[in-house]
Amino acid sequence: MEKKDIIQSFKDSLFTGLIALALFGPIVGLRTASKGEGLFITPQWGVVFLLVGLCILGRFLINLNSARKTEITFFSKFTSKFSAITEDKAKHFAITAILFAVVFPFLPFTDRYFMDVAIMILTYIMLGWGLNIVVGLAGLLDLGYVAFYAVGAYSYALIATTFGWSFWICLPLAGVFAAFFGILLGFPVLRLRGDYLAIVTLGFGEIIRIILINWYEVTNGPDGITGIPRPSFFGLPFKRSPDEGETSFHLFFNLEYSTMHRIIFLYYLILVLALITNYFTLKIRKLPVGRAWEALREDEIACKSLGVNPTNTKLTAFAIGAMFGGFAGSFFATRQAFISPESFTFIESAIIVAIVVLGGMGSQTGVVLASIFLIGITEMFRDLEQYRMIAFGGAMVLIMVFKPKGILANRKPTILMHGDKK
Amino acid sequence: MEYFIQQLVNGITLGSIYGLIAIGYTMVYGIIGMINFAHGDIFMIGAFVALISFIIFGLTGVALPIILLLVLLIAMLFTACYGWTVEKLAYKPLRGSFRLAPLISALGMSIVLQNYVQVAQGARVKPMQPLISGGLEFFKNSEFIVTVSYLQIFIVILTIILMGIFTYLITKTDLGRAQRACEQDRTMTALLGINVDRTISITFIIGSSLASVAGMMFVLYYGVIDFYIGFLAGIKAFTAAVLGGIGSLPGAMLGGLLIGLIETFWAGYVSLEYKDVAAFSVLIVVLIFFPTGFLGKPDIEKV
Repeated sequence: MEKKDIIQSFKDSLFTGLIALALFGPIVGLRTASKGEGLFITPQWGVVFLLVGLCILGRFLINLNSARKTEITFFSKFTSKFSAITEDKAKHFAITAILFAVVFPFLPFTDRYFMDVAIMILTYIMLGWGLNIVVGLAGLLDLGYVAFYAVGAYSYALIATTFGWSFWICLPLAGVFAAFFGILLGFPVLRLRGDYLAIVTLGFGEIIRIILINWYEVTNGPDGITGIPRPSFFGLPFKRSPDEGETSFHLFFNLEYSTMHRIIFLYYLILVLALITNYFTLKIRKLPVGRAWEALREDEIACKSLGVNPTNTKLTAFAIGAMFGGFAGSFFATRQAFISPESFTFIESAIIVAIVVLGGMGSQTGVVLASIFLIGITEMFRDLEQYRMIAFGGAMVLIMVFKPKGILANRKPTILMHGDKK
Repeated sequence: MEYFIQQLVNGITLGSIYGLIAIGYTMVYGIIGMINFAHGDIFMIGAFVALISFIIFGLTGVALPIILLLVLLIAMLFTACYGWTVEKLAYKPLRGSFRLAPLISALGMSIVLQNYVQVAQGARVKPMQPLISGGLEFFKNSEFIVTVSYLQIFIVILTIILMGIFTYLITKTDLGRAQRACEQDRTMTALLGINVDRTISITFIIGSSLASVAGMMFVLYYGVIDFYIGFLAGIKAFTAAVLGGIGSLPGAMLGGLLIGLIETFWAGYVSLEYKDVAAFSVLIVVLIFFPTGFLGKPDIEKV
């Protein structure tokens, strides 16, 4: 590298520092805090100088490196190798993962906390797979997926608390309700172009949340619904001392009572639900409707000219995605035994979209990896809650910039005209 | 009737704020065809910069008009830096990528900005003492007295002045001509010797500055802000941009006014709890029935 270049990149770094000072100066440097009546300012110049210094240094190093561009190629090489491995060994990988998931509750190090995290990760995997039908296969960016999750959770909670029906009746009903809402929303808006659709679905998600907050008579407003019945093991409840005439799970199987029984049952429940979602997606991809989804994603005009009705085809994707969201929602309701509108904010939608996008749209394995990564990291840094959201948003931007198709870019066509030529 | 006029005045004030934000959406959409989802958060940052400068200048005891002018300029300057940086970091590398990539990137940027401000400034709401108080009263003899506060007058007049400057900038200067050329055909514009990247950067700078003015008005008008205001305001301003016809600048202002009026009248006559539903429903209805808005050009999809 020549001397001129170094001076140039040094100047450039100083300019970056100036911009960084303008960015961080007021917002980070002058922290407002309420004291008594008004607001006062506490300066934090140390943090600002640290941040500005980091920016200058970072920019300088990037400039020095930019001639070689090693980092970026290393990154993409690594991920493409990784996706090649997972693709070749997809079947082995899937079987190993499922086996691990099945024995997980009985591993020696698994405790209550691990089980809770695992249940959460599986819930997000299921939501991710559900949304993958809409975003990954049909190519419709849905920023309001949490609305269907909420519809599922609330319909389960309301039916179960009002009529006292069992989980196994309420679950399909919740799915049907969510699918119905999907059709209701999808019918008018699916003619819209990609980015408009994204904003409208976002608006729909917010409308549902506002209605849940304000419709006191039915949803109990911001207080939420409490006392949602827990699921039973095919009629055997998980209770220490069962009611008159009932046999509880531990008595029936002659086990000592433990709260873990219920947790393990919930774990298997969501595992099965998630695997059903996955199985369904893999199968429907090979059916005409699944192929039509993928074709629509690639080229809508070509599809129209070949006689595919875009609105109806999209509607099926939307409704099926919504249905799985509804299933996941009713699972959420029965696990928590309490739901309130606070669980269904826009950020949840963003997390689910991020899982699908980061995993690589359309890739089922990618969703699993992204959920484990995002939710696992989140759990590890529980105490740094706010920083983790910054990292989360930053990861979305970085992945889009460096790897717009996600970690596992799986856009291999499901069917080829003359067999799979490799 | 008096109540109606009062709501009309409030609606126009609110509409001015939405209109100024909407211009940022519509300009960016016009020039690079993406929805800048982080624009609402740029507005929020503008509001914070304004709040911080109000506190600082409030301690110095300078006359009010000078404070307002200084805060206006400072907010525009610092917020413009944010707009510029966001474009450089999150959108510029994505030109030519698939259609949804910039939108997802913008979504990520919006999450980053929100949480960044939450970390830096704290999650609590920030109240501010009203700076401009008092107002004119009409219909003193009737039951309901209509009040037009000096603040409302200030907001509307400032909006009109800014719109004037902005319209001049777009229609009469070289910069505006370059911008309109980029909107029509970016490749051709580049061939004719216009620096397209620079023009796009300037678009973001102008949009962010206008959003920061809206942020300053928001601080003055509501007297309380938090890190989350950008989300709702952003969605409403986007609705305004769509309503007026996305890509059209007078349309953005018109749409802003309409959304402001719809929201105020809805809150005044129908139901206060569901006032945000009104904005979202308008968005959905408009997109379905007039996807091109009032003043927009029809969008023809070509192979």
